Amino acid sequence: MSAVQEALAVTLLIAGALLMLVGSIGLLRLPEFYSRSHLASNTDTLGMVVIIAGLMVFEGWTMASAKLALVALFAGIANPVAIHALARAAFRIGLRPRLENERGEG
Amino acid sequence: MIHPSKSPIVLVAARTMAPAIQVMAFYVIIHGHYSPGGGFQGGVLLAASLLLLRLALGDRVGRQQVTTGKATLWSAAGALAFAGLGALALAGSGNFLDYAAISWLGAEPAAARYYGMLIVEVAVGVAVAGALVSIYDDLLLGSTREDRGGS
Repeated sequence: MSAVQEALAVTLLIAGALLMLVGSIGLLRLPEFYSRSHLASNTDTLGMVVIIAGLMVFEGWTMASAKLALVALFAGIANPVAIHALARAAFRIGLRPRLENERGEG
Repeated sequence: MIHPSKSPIVLVAARTMAPAIQVMAFYVIIHGHYSPGGGFQGGVLLAASLLLLRLALGDRVGRQQVTTGKATLWSAAGALAFAGLGALALAGSGNFLDYAAISWLGAEPAAARYYGMLIVEVAVGVAVAGALVSIYDDLLLGSTREDRGGS
């Protein structure tokens, strides 16, 4: 493995880990359900795809790399759709987002 | 009774991903010879794709291809094939599931091992998929008022 490849892989892995860290801090800091699920969906999806891209760079052109690409593709589809269904179900049973000028009980 | 999702995003995602999950399930089952994976994991993937369709598209569409009766039949047939192959090995005076002992049917011991392992993997996969789907269907029985009213 060349040094460039290794450096790129490590950079991508660290970037993905930082995105995941932002996601988990946001889960603790944000006030209510919708902002939390929105943040979790974005950071988890991007973080996972970036981490898998880092692993693909680490692996090189192999079969495992192709499988990782498929994992990234399907996780990238499934994760936002799952959060969409979750938020939709929450809205339908009557949970309303807390707006700026009112005090909801998220 | 589960109604189809009203969100087109969920519908399209479920319909797009279910066939890919099924291909992956067959790959995992067949590849169980010499790599991580095998009958149980592949069967669970197969059941997951069927349950995804049942959850997203609702009962009426989701149960059209694999009905509850068919799922029960799968689980019974898979278990029967598994036990039957083991019993064939017993009949060849080997231990239960001793694939080489199946060679009394006329195959080379190596070929008997190969095909015995393949048949057992496929049987376990089919049994697990059928059992999980029929467990899900049974859990839904009587879950809503219209179910309890009808049938």
